Amino acid sequence: MATIETKQGQAVDPQGLTKADFQKLDHSEKKGEVVVRESISAWKDAWLRLRSNKYAMASLIILLLIVIMALIGQSISGHDYRSQDYMATNEKPSSNHWFGTDDLGRDVFARTWMGAGISLQVGLYAALVDLVIGVIVGGIMGYFGGKVDEILNRICDILYSIPNMLIVILLIVVLEPSMFTIVLALSITGWISMAWIVRGQIMQLKNQEYVLASRSLGAGSGRILFRHLIPNAIGPIIVTLTMTVPNAIFSEAFLSFLGLGVQSPAASLGTMINDALKAMTVYPWRMLFPAVLISLTMLCFNIFGDGLRDALDPKMKK
Amino acid sequence: MIRYLLKKLFYMVVSLFVLASATFFLMKAIPGNPFMSEKEIPKAIRAMLEAKYGLDKPLWSQYLTYLNNLIHLDLGMSMKQQYTTVSSIIGTGFLYSLQLGIFAIILSVTAGVVLGIIAALNHRKFLDTFTIFLAVLGVSVPNFVVASALQYFLGVKLRWFDVAGLNDITDYVMPTIALAVLPAAFIARLTRSSMLEVLTADYIKTARAKGMSGRIILFRHALRNAILPVVTYIGPMTANIITGSVIVEQIFGIGGLGKFFVNSITNRDYTLIMGLTLFYAVILMLARFLTDIAYAFIDPRIKLNSRKEG
Repeated sequence: MATIETKQGQAVDPQGLTKADFQKLDHSEKKGEVVVRESISAWKDAWLRLRSNKYAMASLIILLLIVIMALIGQSISGHDYRSQDYMATNEKPSSNHWFGTDDLGRDVFARTWMGAGISLQVGLYAALVDLVIGVIVGGIMGYFGGKVDEILNRICDILYSIPNMLIVILLIVVLEPSMFTIVLALSITGWISMAWIVRGQIMQLKNQEYVLASRSLGAGSGRILFRHLIPNAIGPIIVTLTMTVPNAIFSEAFLSFLGLGVQSPAASLGTMINDALKAMTVYPWRMLFPAVLISLTMLCFNIFGDGLRDALDPKMKK
Repeated sequence: MIRYLLKKLFYMVVSLFVLASATFFLMKAIPGNPFMSEKEIPKAIRAMLEAKYGLDKPLWSQYLTYLNNLIHLDLGMSMKQQYTTVSSIIGTGFLYSLQLGIFAIILSVTAGVVLGIIAALNHRKFLDTFTIFLAVLGVSVPNFVVASALQYFLGVKLRWFDVAGLNDITDYVMPTIALAVLPAAFIARLTRSSMLEVLTADYIKTARAKGMSGRIILFRHALRNAILPVVTYIGPMTANIITGSVIVEQIFGIGGLGKFFVNSITNRDYTLIMGLTLFYAVILMLARFLTDIAYAFIDPRIKLNSRKEG
């Protein structure tokens, strides 16, 4: 049988406990009630879960790298994204032009990162507009309920049943494509799913005691909604936001395909791919880099979004 | 049930009306008109042209004529292709798009369900992880990248298939794959997660305890219930396939609806844009309607007349 160390340091048989082991502790040693471990907030808990998900973390790092490159990529290339060089069109990747050049002799490396920046901006702005409108409308629907909810819900139902891509295309045909109109058009129907998610969350939360407590202390509806309810619904909101970004990036690329994307000389990844496609059989490398980058960006957003959802709502995890 | 479907039908009509009006007024809001060109058209001819297309009348009367024509399924004439009605263009294009769409639906449902089952049966093993990875990849890689990669590697490099066109049956292979990747990935994820849920249900344990063979449990008991979420995906899948077809038809040079849609936008052929938009909208709404009906038939637990409570 194994031996254990007693307080005195002498090794004895576990059965043969001495009287010294049963001494009464004085009060200073009673630490049962003291919190030893640092308390973990819900956010920290989520962060710990997220951090242990290596795919999500890898995606986050790649996304950060893409953002950094989108910011500085143009300056390291040594070329301007607009400057044309008719002596060097459609060149293969070389030490001068790392990703080659396009049909007007513009540096593909500089343009790719510039395009990545534009695509990311479209995604971010669309997500932000969705966030603001969706949270306000969804909050109002969920909090007030009744007639207000009924009417807003009907409006959402009808707007949602109109195929959103068609509305987006129509609007951009009319408004002329630019970053602003693309984001505007994407947001026209984009906020609805966000509004429904917020509505559902608020309806669950609004009967909790802390809301009652706040109200009995005299807080108004606006304060309860924005200081208490929405901060508590932030998890699903963030997850929806993460999923909105790749969708918006894809939609912008799709619009580029119709010639309704960001206009030249600026470029998004979608417009670059569309331009490269016309000469793909001859100059496939022009297509390669933007195509890989857009796929990688969307992949990372999807994996990170999944990881975030698992981290914020572990019950959802399968 | 009937009441629920009637309500849905009513919403469909309202949305269609909203969309039709929106397209009409948006198209009218565009500055200029289709008869403005580089060459100055003589005033008299221009007036005649405007009278022919009813553009000389006030806006509200044009709107009423437009709605009236819509009710009679008359989408007007194409503005850029002379002597062709929008309906006849839709008629020719739809045939190709429909064929491709049906092939893509068959491929994506089969591939998606099979992959989903494989993943669920190998939960947390290599095949599961691998399938999830494939599915996330399928959702993430935009279909124009898939289409052009297929075209380049299988068409240009390996020369297995013709690069473009739709002349014989092998020409359908690449466009169908390109269209099916995204929905297949979605279906695989849906099937996997609902399979996992169903496989731990009590009635599966009962079936197993009764000594039924794995295959009967899988196909007769588990799959039947696991397939339900896939049915709800019919609506979004149609939307995905339509947006996909716009891209895929353009890349593979197929004269379907999608290609006409792109062309109508680049040519600013407004009547054609309006007609195609409405046609797509009708198809999408029908797909959603079908989903609702199918769901009610497959799952008797769902009472369609119960009100949605948040």
